[in-house]
Amino acid sequence: MPLLDVNDLTTYFHTRNGVVRAVDGVSFQLEKGETLGIVGESGSGKSVTCMSMLGLIPQPPGRIEKGTAHFDGTDLLHCSQKELQTIRGRRIAMIFQDPMTSLNPYLRIEDQLIEPLLIHELADKQSARQQALAMLDAVGIQDAASRIRGYPHEFSGGMRQRVMIAMALITKPDVLIADEPTTALDVTVQAQILELIKKEQQELGTAVILITHDLGVVSGFCDRINVMYGGKIVESGPTKEIFYNPQHPYNRALQNSIPALQAKGKELYTIPGMPPDMSKPSAGCSFAPRCEHATDLCTSKPPELQDIGKAHTTACLRVQGENLKP
Amino acid sequence: MLKFILRRVLETIPVLLCVAAMTFFMCRLAPGGPFDEDKQVTAEVRELLNKQFNLDQPLHKQFIQYITHLPTLQSFKYPNRTVGEIISQKFPVSAKLGFFAMCIALGLGILFGVIASLRPNTYIDYIPSSLAMIGICLPTFVMGPLLMLVFSLKLGWFPATGWGGFSGDQFFASDMVLPSVTLGFFYAAYISRLTRGGMLDILTQDYIRTAKAKGASGLRVIVKHSLRGGLLPVISFMGPAVAGLIAGSFVIETIFAIPGLGQDFVKSAFNRDYTLVLGVVMFYATLIILLNLIVDILQVTLNPKLKFD
Repeated sequence: MPLLDVNDLTTYFHTRNGVVRAVDGVSFQLEKGETLGIVGESGSGKSVTCMSMLGLIPQPPGRIEKGTAHFDGTDLLHCSQKELQTIRGRRIAMIFQDPMTSLNPYLRIEDQLIEPLLIHELADKQSARQQALAMLDAVGIQDAASRIRGYPHEFSGGMRQRVMIAMALITKPDVLIADEPTTALDVTVQAQILELIKKEQQELGTAVILITHDLGVVSGFCDRINVMYGGKIVESGPTKEIFYNPQHPYNRALQNSIPALQAKGKELYTIPGMPPDMSKPSAGCSFAPRCEHATDLCTSKPPELQDIGKAHTTACLRVQGENLKP
Repeated sequence: MLKFILRRVLETIPVLLCVAAMTFFMCRLAPGGPFDEDKQVTAEVRELLNKQFNLDQPLHKQFIQYITHLPTLQSFKYPNRTVGEIISQKFPVSAKLGFFAMCIALGLGILFGVIASLRPNTYIDYIPSSLAMIGICLPTFVMGPLLMLVFSLKLGWFPATGWGGFSGDQFFASDMVLPSVTLGFFYAAYISRLTRGGMLDILTQDYIRTAKAKGASGLRVIVKHSLRGGLLPVISFMGPAVAGLIAGSFVIETIFAIPGLGQDFVKSAFNRDYTLVLGVVMFYATLIILLNLIVDILQVTLNPKLKFD
């Protein structure tokens, strides 16, 4: 049985300009200790998927329309706030995109670090302090004993993200959701943060969901990858399959647009068109208007994820009909 | 921090001197004098009066005498009492009224402000917000008589006027209720709007999401993570507000016949009571400066990004 089993998760935002279908029937599983990557462009529903599971979507305007997310016998989408609170931070922890704004500027690092332990009554104040110190040391903050008394504004971006990681992992959670943890950091720091997550994951046996729009980040990091587009998973499979045997035209286009893989001097490849307007549902495949292989069928019939072997699933009618060869 | 306080205290000396000079000379420039309301007196009597109150001396000498001996100078209107006596007798009455009004203002204001901010743009927000708007728009001289009409004349719950509780030994008496509510309601309205704005600003911050992701309960998110930042605008407002409240309100004190300092302030200006005007103005000025200093210290202790410099 998977640790986390998400089924048909659907989250809509009911705004003044209509219903935005941010996440539209997403299903995936996460095994114990596994690393799952969720890749897609801005607005494809990656973050909303994970925040829906933890009940962090602002409601209203957001609403979880349907679906289930079973975690160790509890349906996260239908349990009470109280139950969710005992899971959040203790068994499923989350770190966010922008470390500059994710720490409370009015509280000492120490108070924020030990808070998960105190909330979930895992330690008294004294031993929580000890653990916080050890954790800060483990995430590579020098002179932790004095830094722990400081405030967030005395830390750099990379340091703050380290603090966030320490805070998330201090309860030794089963799952760590990292929502674009390196996007706001500069390149040298990015690698260090990913290394750190990897190291802590191996020590604690935590499963990680890594949300990113950077294919380079997931390729070396994840066991499996879900590619999302327009609120749906369009392709899913082991990392190797996704990179060496890409099927869905969107996945292929994404990989063609990695700048590092293109010849010097050549014009950079871009996917034509604009991301879909999520408030206007399309009758067929949401990628069809930008797809060079689209046929009339693609714009009228919605594709479903289908197994194409080697645990690789894809949601493209033309691939499934075997009339599209890479 | 000690250095900061010391410097701020030293800075107040020139400010107070300026206030004193402006008050003194503006009073003297104003037409009329302290004895004009009394019946006509002969030239000799007037000369004697002027001599008794040192009005025959050159202005600059008077000014120096005023600022060096202010608390012990006698009032023109009540010649048997000194400025210091009058202030020390009337101020506790105003301060007591201000204290109760402040409790009402802070209690109601913060409570309703927080409640409104939790469900913005729903009826839970609209009801306290419109009440607050009414509180701001309705002047105290309308609010006071209205409350009096309903709660003392019609319902008979509280006495309409009086000051037994204010000057007596009792800490609290029923005649304090209506004036405290009238004065407190106005400030409560203001504070609730400031709280709502501040809290709305904080509740949409990323670190509130972080706190929720840690498993913090709704109450913990508000008390531990939001209030500190959300109340900063209220703290800034508290300096002038507290000064205004405890120094007395002329309107409230007149409506409810309370013998507070606010009445003396206005009346002394009308009476050209040169000494008392200067005394009350200097007292107010010191109070406001002191409270602003306290507010600044509070701001720095609450907001770690600010430093004492």
